[in-house]
Amino acid sequence: MTTAIEVKNINKQFVLRHTRSIKEAIVWLAKGRKGDLSEKFHALHDVSLEIDQGEAVALLGFNGSGKSTLLKHISGVMVPDNGTVRTRGRVAGLIEVGAGFHHDLSGRDNVYLNGAILGMTEEQIKERFDSIVEFAEIGKFIDTEVKFYSSGMYLRLAFSVAVHTDPEVFLVDEILAVGDEPFQRKCIAKIQELAAEGKTLVVVSHDLDLVSRICDRGILLDRGNVTFDGPIEQAVATLRA
Amino acid sequence: MSVSTEELARPGVGGGLAEVFRTRFLLKLLVRKELKVRYRGSVLGLLWSYVKPGVQFIVFYIALGVFLGLENSPRNPGGLPNYAIYLFSGIVLINFFNEALGNASRSIVNNGGLIKKIYLPRELFPVASVWVSAVHFFPQLVILVGACLYAGWHPSFLQLAAALGGFAIVGLLATGLGLLFGAVNVYFRDSENFVDMLLMVATWASPVMYAWTMVADKLGEFWFTVYQFNPITVGVESFHYAFWLPTTDGSAPLPPNLLSVWMPVALLVSAGILLIGQLTFRRLEGRFAQEL
Ligand SMILES: Nc1ncnc2c1ncn2[C@@H]1O[C@H](COP(=O)(O)OP(=O)(O)O)[C@@H](O)[C@H]1O
Ligand SMILES: [Mg+2]
Repeated sequence: MTTAIEVKNINKQFVLRHTRSIKEAIVWLAKGRKGDLSEKFHALHDVSLEIDQGEAVALLGFNGSGKSTLLKHISGVMVPDNGTVRTRGRVAGLIEVGAGFHHDLSGRDNVYLNGAILGMTEEQIKERFDSIVEFAEIGKFIDTEVKFYSSGMYLRLAFSVAVHTDPEVFLVDEILAVGDEPFQRKCIAKIQELAAEGKTLVVVSHDLDLVSRICDRGILLDRGNVTFDGPIEQAVATLRA
Repeated sequence: MSVSTEELARPGVGGGLAEVFRTRFLLKLLVRKELKVRYRGSVLGLLWSYVKPGVQFIVFYIALGVFLGLENSPRNPGGLPNYAIYLFSGIVLINFFNEALGNASRSIVNNGGLIKKIYLPRELFPVASVWVSAVHFFPQLVILVGACLYAGWHPSFLQLAAALGGFAIVGLLATGLGLLFGAVNVYFRDSENFVDMLLMVATWASPVMYAWTMVADKLGEFWFTVYQFNPITVGVESFHYAFWLPTTDGSAPLPPNLLSVWMPVALLVSAGILLIGQLTFRRLEGRFAQEL
């Protein structure tokens, strides 16, 4: 098996700053550094994992356990304090669909902009444009500014662009919590299709039944520690216990 | 199953400005977005970018040229000929610098929503800001050239090349400082105030309003040399040389060694600041996502 994601002993501490102002920082220095300007929060403790190509892995844990933080390290948005993260091929984060969308641009402009943000070339976007619009069921509204879209249309278009980037690794974070019923069903169907095609998936979701259907492996995070890594049924059972 | 032939690589470790060049399609789209959002296809918006510098120019011209008597006239034989063009050719360059640096300094914080969710070369944002400012520079250049032609402009090839060089010097400087302050601004949001101050100083610390000879007379050789190390001074002088001088009888003296020494020096200073900006940016960018 070829490794798609390799996470080796990563640690992450967040510095919670109490000031973002030079003025206050200087006052603090002048007053003889009374009190702490920052606190540290250990969000990931010595996390290691290896995910093979074609695996569908669920990342489970309570709120604040560090799931999103781990995904951000895999996508490269964050870098660890120590340890290493390595990935093979292109990684696409469906961490928040529509992050690169701009309300004052048309759907068409947004497809191009977001496609490029997610790493597609001009030719790839041109080639897949019709397919993107079709999947999103946007039709003739593609040249309307997205601020006039319903939230369903907006999400469909954003999701459609993201799945059309055709990456090797998909990171899916709670996107299934947004949007209406039909949209969610469509997303889930698409994600299952990707899993069946042998894409590498890392999925975060509170819907344990859903992840049991999509994933075969589950990783449990508890306050930044990996507490379980194994078959999904066991992971879900451990979490529910 | 899609088996990748690529090697394992560390995500989120960018290639800096070189990476921006590789993602130039995205850069183009970011610039276009900025322009589209600003003007929303409105003619008025576009017109505005001509009106604003025009008004600024007229105000300065009347206040400084007429009231303070810097314009050459029968009553003021010591003034500069075509002071309006002298002033304007410097102002357009300073406008470019101000807008480029101001927007580049805010670009990382302003695009925070994107930066903390998706990895992309973050240098794109300051570079796009400078690029957008270069687009805004264009209508001002049109007005300047129009005024020059009206005043009988006859530039040589060398003079035009000097203007291009001056523009490049200022563009590099704005990019370098933009990277620096764009990154610092994430950690200290009030560093914008510092940039504002810097911009004000930049306007007065280069011969935009006055002639370089006044500085040389007052400061003496040593301090005048220091003054010339400011790349904006060299940029502005190159614009005077290209746009203003060919509308006069050409008798006004250039700062000594402008082309042979000071242009290359300014290019080096700007490149050095660009390097410092890039290095600082790369040191700080690892924690952008969590600080934004
Ligand atoms: N940028 C940040 N700065 C400081 N603390 C953060 C930041 N991002 C996340 N955290 C903290 O790290 C912990 C883990 O967050 P997160 O990874 O979002 O959890 P999850 O996705 O599992 O709910 C939380 O306690 C959160 O408050
Ligand atoms: Mg989360």
